Amino acid sequence: MITTVTSLGRSGLSDWLVQRVSAFVMTAYLVFIVGYLIANPDLNYSQWATLNSSLPMRMFSLLTMVSIAAHAWIGMWCVLTDYITERLIGPKATAIRIFFQLGMIAVTMLYVIWAIDILWGI
Amino acid sequence: MLNVSIYRYNPEVDSEPYMQDYQVDTQGKDVMVLDVLEKLKVEDPSLSFRRSCREGVCGSDGLNISGKNGLACITPLSSAVKGNKLVIRPLPGLPVIRDLVIDMSQFYAQYEKIQPYMINNSPAPAIERLQSPEERAKLDGLYECILCACCSTACPSFWWNPEKFIGPSGLLQAYRFLADSRDTATEERLANLDDPFSVFRCHGIMNCVQVCPKGLNPTKAIGHIRNMLVRSAT
Ligand code: SF4
Ligand code: SF4
Ligand code: FES
Repeated sequence: MITTVTSLGRSGLSDWLVQRVSAFVMTAYLVFIVGYLIANPDLNYSQWATLNSSLPMRMFSLLTMVSIAAHAWIGMWCVLTDYITERLIGPKATAIRIFFQLGMIAVTMLYVIWAIDILWGI
Repeated sequence: MLNVSIYRYNPEVDSEPYMQDYQVDTQGKDVMVLDVLEKLKVEDPSLSFRRSCREGVCGSDGLNISGKNGLACITPLSSAVKGNKLVIRPLPGLPVIRDLVIDMSQFYAQYEKIQPYMINNSPAPAIERLQSPEERAKLDGLYECILCACCSTACPSFWWNPEKFIGPSGLLQAYRFLADSRDTATEERLANLDDPFSVFRCHGIMNCVQVCPKGLNPTKAIGHIRNMLVRSAT
């Protein structure tokens, strides 16, 4: 049996909504960055540093990082509960899955903290 | 002569399943896959499969025919034979009882979970509970399901989590009762579906739509359920 202890939200609906909203934020960020690079073909370091140290840009970057973390958490949880199950790989599955999920959660958290450190260290 | 390859497994004598090859003379006619099976059964009575109505109504002969799930009785050879070869296997993902006969318990358990009956505790009117033609029209494309399991056994999400994901067939039926104006248990039905598996394991792969022999669209019904869940939560 698979339980939902390591899922991000408790309900399927909240997970699903988080997936949609985070996908939107990531797309918006990508479009903005690519658009900015195209609009500024001869970008120099000071311009780039000014952009990234402005508060709105920091917030946007952080929001995107949090979106990536949430999206990856939910996505990986789905993949793991599909393929690393007792049905498919036998009785050790639960232990292996929890190991990967906790590892995944730890790495995700680390990335978010690291991102905060970078963004507010500029 | 048509080459037919059939999945055989009799747990009482076989240590594992194998494919058995047969040659069938169809006299060049475009008969149904079920006709071929019936012909083979006369020659080899040990060959087991389910069938009843032989006209696409009962849903008992769902099989994996040349790689695609469908009803043997309404699948003509012309749409199933590739390179003079017909390959017949049981529906994938559920335990095989013998040859082409599978154990459908898991599939029915999911059907049972969605409470496939009208719930309405208000006193029954003298004659019947009426619906307007518009209300009735909402059930079209839903009530026609014959529970053949072609869709659910074509769905990867159902293969991986058949005890937690309701599957396309059950969800189509769940929506059939959510959409019924005479049913009053909408809230309770939705609450039972709001976990990360029952509905949300559907990733819109649409295998179900591709195989449904009745031309139904479980993915669309699942989308409606999701919208109802969003609306009831906001
Ligand atoms: S659309 Fe959903 S229910 Fe249909 S086959 Fe795909 S995952 Fe399964
Ligand atoms: S939705 Fe179609 S394929 Fe699925 S059980 Fe019903 S009739 Fe069969
Ligand atoms: S035998 Fe009844 S649906 Fe094919």
